[in-house]
Amino acid sequence: MQKSHEDVHQDTSPVMKKVFSKPKFLKENAFHYCAGCGHSIAHRLIAEVIEELDIRGRTIGVPPAGCAVIAYNYFDIDMLESPHGRGCAVATGIKRTLPDRIVFSYQGDGDLAAIGTAETFHAANRGENITVLFINNAVYGMTGGQMAPTTLLGQVSTTSPPGRDAVLDGYPIRMSEILAHLEGTKYIERCAVNTPANIMKARRAIKKAFQYQMADAGFTLIEILSHCPTNWKMSPIDACRWVDEVMVKTFPLGVIKDTKAEG
Amino acid sequence: MKGLIKIDFERCKECHLCIYACKKGHISPAKDYNSKGYRPVSFQEDGDCTGCALCAITCPEIAIEVYRE
Amino acid sequence: MNKVLMQGNRVIGEAAIRAGCRFYAGYPITPQNELTEYMAEHLRKAEGGTFIQAESEIAAINMVLGASAAGARAMTSSSSPGISLKQEGISSLAADELPAVIVNIMRGGPGLGNILPSQGDYFQATRGGGHGDYRTIVLAPASVQELADLTMDAFALADQYRNPVMILADGMMGQMMEPLTFKKPKPRQYHECYTLKGAGEGRSKFIRALILDAIRMEEHNWKLFRKYQVITKKEIRHETFKTEDADLLIVAYGTAARIAKGAIKRARERGIKVGLIRPITLWPFPSEVIRKFSETIETFIVFEMNTGQMLEDVRLALNGAGCVHFYGRPGGVIPTPVELTKVIEQHAKKS
Repeated sequence: MQKSHEDVHQDTSPVMKKVFSKPKFLKENAFHYCAGCGHSIAHRLIAEVIEELDIRGRTIGVPPAGCAVIAYNYFDIDMLESPHGRGCAVATGIKRTLPDRIVFSYQGDGDLAAIGTAETFHAANRGENITVLFINNAVYGMTGGQMAPTTLLGQVSTTSPPGRDAVLDGYPIRMSEILAHLEGTKYIERCAVNTPANIMKARRAIKKAFQYQMADAGFTLIEILSHCPTNWKMSPIDACRWVDEVMVKTFPLGVIKDTKAEG
Repeated sequence: MKGLIKIDFERCKECHLCIYACKKGHISPAKDYNSKGYRPVSFQEDGDCTGCALCAITCPEIAIEVYRE
Repeated sequence: MNKVLMQGNRVIGEAAIRAGCRFYAGYPITPQNELTEYMAEHLRKAEGGTFIQAESEIAAINMVLGASAAGARAMTSSSSPGISLKQEGISSLAADELPAVIVNIMRGGPGLGNILPSQGDYFQATRGGGHGDYRTIVLAPASVQELADLTMDAFALADQYRNPVMILADGMMGQMMEPLTFKKPKPRQYHECYTLKGAGEGRSKFIRALILDAIRMEEHNWKLFRKYQVITKKEIRHETFKTEDADLLIVAYGTAARIAKGAIKRARERGIKVGLIRPITLWPFPSEVIRKFSETIETFIVFEMNTGQMLEDVRLALNGAGCVHFYGRPGGVIPTPVELTKVIEQHAKKS
């Protein structure tokens, strides 16, 4: 029997099962992020993982200075704002005081790899048992698209108008690879959220990082290449393509370090 | 397998990533404006959507709910 | 109660631990290294105690921010240039209304300066020195006993008012040894609702200083302002020394006040009726106490180990009354009671 449109709309519950909706631990607030931004995808994955691992009640997050500075408007978990770049130090203070809580910082590339380089490096070196979500969009987003530590060579930004020049501006920094050299780091993976397949992989990586923390394994970091249509001056679809066609050449996806897998 | 999506008219920001993700072309741009000034995309209800949820997974606004038989 | 002979820097550490400090982050800088080292050895032994030698002064204050939000009595210490680095963190603590204790063992400045005692950070301590409309409670000990007492009080005040509190001492205070007794600290009273420990089964909370809406930000600033008014009303501390019959008043704090007491004794032997008012809280400043003295005393000598910082607060307090003079030795020079006595004599002759 052909179902009419009215049947489906009036009575979806016995006929249709809802298989995808907003995760429990994201608030109802609509996101302020630009159309096609990767941040809210990352937020959703973290919220899904927190729900799946049943750790909401003991999770404390540290948002960055950046577009996600008001992440506490979205995550329904305890959150503590940090001065710009200092998320890893703030997270250290929380985790050392409350070692049984799950503590994560959520930081952009300027926050983590420019002003916050020392704090990130040393928290990693101390093997602080925290998880860092490193959202890499190769620019300073919130402040309007300035060059960042991860801006690609030749990439135009408001402070590298002719394109990033290796001689004048230095090279993009691969923080994940650098931190992997430190013995205190235990699991580092680089992901992206530009396609459904990459999103699913990112979700698995985030879950694994939290599980490592739950097992007191040490410092974990998930770098997420995040499309930024506004500051890359592209449409969202083109921005997603740019991640695959250009960005991953400098920032290849995959596991960079996994001490548990290495045994 | 029959699937169905519901798009939140006020949350959609017209980024079209769902259109890019849907291999079957069940989502298309539309003309009505929401209160934010975006033109939310619309779902073709009489297609053969399987409820694969790739559109919802890629949607930054979590504006899509997916139903499956 | 047992009297012990102990070095100032170490006394601060011991007093903090006894007061329940369970998180310390610090960085090596002279002349306060003994405090950091004391915490490294002893805080580790205290139950639940965390000591971290941070990678920088900035990291240390931010670790304190996290630990304080998580519910620990948290402290950091440094000396002048390191305190400059901590200013954003201190502003954040005040904005977030989080308690913390910051110890500054002042040295010569500005810039890299030197490692000798000075009082060059008065402005920094009392006028911010971080950005925004906030105040730090500033306690200025003048003896090793006071280092102990005021450190314990600092934690209590920080909790009571949910604000950063600074212990402003100098290299001499930090290095010298004097006998003291540690008093019994009051048990901590701090409501869980101000801490972030995970939402549990209930509502989530967030602590933040970013308030984008101007009206709400204004409200927050006035709320902090009202808190500071309460502190100003209730928490001013000072000491008076031989002021009952004085014609001439020295205003000095910390090590300068100790030196002044020696000078006053010498001057009194020569028949000069000079006294001392010693602010113990530099913020809130005992303005009214000083102003009241101007009803009977004409001549004030502000004596500091800098080029004139508390001088401005004294002038503000007197508001044109009396005659304010200044004698200062900046840069790490320790003035002697003898030279101050000469200054007192000069001003006594004129008045």
